[in-house]
Amino acid sequence: MLDVCDLHAWYGESHILHGVNFAVPEGEVVTLLGRNGAGKTTTMKSIMGLVGRRAGSIRYNGRETIALRPDLIARVGIGFCPEERGIFASLNVTENLMLPKVVAPGGLDLATIYALFPNLKERAGSQGTKLSGGEQQMLAIARILRTGARLLLLDEPTEGLAPVIVQQIGRTIREIKARGFTVLLVEQNFRFAQTVADRHYVMEHGHVVDMIPNADLAANMGKLHDYLGV
Amino acid sequence: MIMIFGKPLLLLYGQLTLGLINGAFYALLSLGLAVIFGLLNIINFAHGALFMLGAYVAWALLEYLDIGYWPALVLAPLIVGVFGVVLEKTLIQRLYKLDHLYGLLLTFGCALIIEGLARNEFGSSGMPYAIPEALRGPLDLGFMMLPAYRAWVVVAAAGMCLLTWLVIEKTRLGSTLRAATENAKLVQAFGVNVPRLITLTYGAGAALAAFAGVLAAPIYSVNPGMGSNFIISVFAVVVIGGMGSILGSIITGFGLGILEGLTKVYYPEASATVIFVVMVIVLLARPAGLFGKA
Repeated sequence: MLDVCDLHAWYGESHILHGVNFAVPEGEVVTLLGRNGAGKTTTMKSIMGLVGRRAGSIRYNGRETIALRPDLIARVGIGFCPEERGIFASLNVTENLMLPKVVAPGGLDLATIYALFPNLKERAGSQGTKLSGGEQQMLAIARILRTGARLLLLDEPTEGLAPVIVQQIGRTIREIKARGFTVLLVEQNFRFAQTVADRHYVMEHGHVVDMIPNADLAANMGKLHDYLGV
Repeated sequence: MIMIFGKPLLLLYGQLTLGLINGAFYALLSLGLAVIFGLLNIINFAHGALFMLGAYVAWALLEYLDIGYWPALVLAPLIVGVFGVVLEKTLIQRLYKLDHLYGLLLTFGCALIIEGLARNEFGSSGMPYAIPEALRGPLDLGFMMLPAYRAWVVVAAAGMCLLTWLVIEKTRLGSTLRAATENAKLVQAFGVNVPRLITLTYGAGAALAAFAGVLAAPIYSVNPGMGSNFIISVFAVVVIGGMGSILGSIITGFGLGILEGLTKVYYPEASATVIFVVMVIVLLARPAGLFGKA
């Protein structure tokens, strides 16, 4: 569904990604693992066109998006949930939820979203940033489920959240996978990643250095520990 | 004669009315400035010139095409709004990656050019614009006589402020605009054509200024300096209200107009400076402005 080939990205003068290659097959949950600074978040932002300059190839269902503006990339069917969650303080929960443009038919309707995230319904009128961290994360995921985007980019959705909330997010990711969404997930926490993912790409210094299918994770623990330095 | 703090009541009413009228223009103009600053991060020094342009377009519509006040109230903002769109697309758009100062310089230059062209073409003395027939004559409020047109200006300005506020706070478009003011990049990553939103916002700000210009045409003579007379006070209003705050600019605009009126009654010597005195005090006590977020 997503094919990233020889992707380079720059922030100003600094060259961050040095030829990233990986593929996300339709219907899978795929993670990018790696230490801080390996280029995981930059890869996500590059897919959305949010870095200063990028080169290489990013194809979505065969369509080249490397030269497109971010709004047009979103419209090909990619939903983005940024690391900092990006909940808008001047918008209430409903407004935050309704903000992303509907790009294709087939997104979840509000009733389904509220059934998945009951907290959001209770707090529909609250200011977005008044929610707890976990609720904000739910809102950040929920709002890209409405749009009809079939590929969701989730950048560290579990960061800084309590274990019970992390479990809830895990359930949510399995639920949206079951509904046919494809997910590209950036994670620091590979113990969490292995509970939801089909395959893992390992990033180091702006490259993808390895791919490990989730089924082979146990056999590759030693290698993974070396990569992640845990 | 009834006296309030040693001043005749009718004088007080008269000056309060004038203050309210000025306040209406302050509010309308600072509202447009606030919307533009919020999304574009540009201090639009051309705002006074766009206000003046609105008055000139209304005058020209009447003079050359025999189109009267009421259609002009719609047409002039549309025409000046389109002009704003062109200005944004051809010039202002090139500056977003640079320091704010460049936007200020560019729009200041545009203001000088527009005013210069108007002066060159129509002279500096100003041309009269008749009050529309329906609004001639006084309105008897019981305690005072109020020229009907002045009452209309206050009502129309307040109505337009309320409408703008409703659009920004209560509609889908408004929530997109607020979100883009916070984080334009992310809003674009949600599929919103932000460059187009920015262009249209500048056009809407220009249209608001032109609407104020048409309202002003029958009160002041239509002259090239009518915008710059206002704009310095309007910038003070924006600073006092808080840069980018919608409600702040509306409330502060009307409030300071009234304060100016009161000062004319009780201490006329200070009436030209009172706004700036308030600005200094507010900046010392609340640098982000009364309604601004620090």
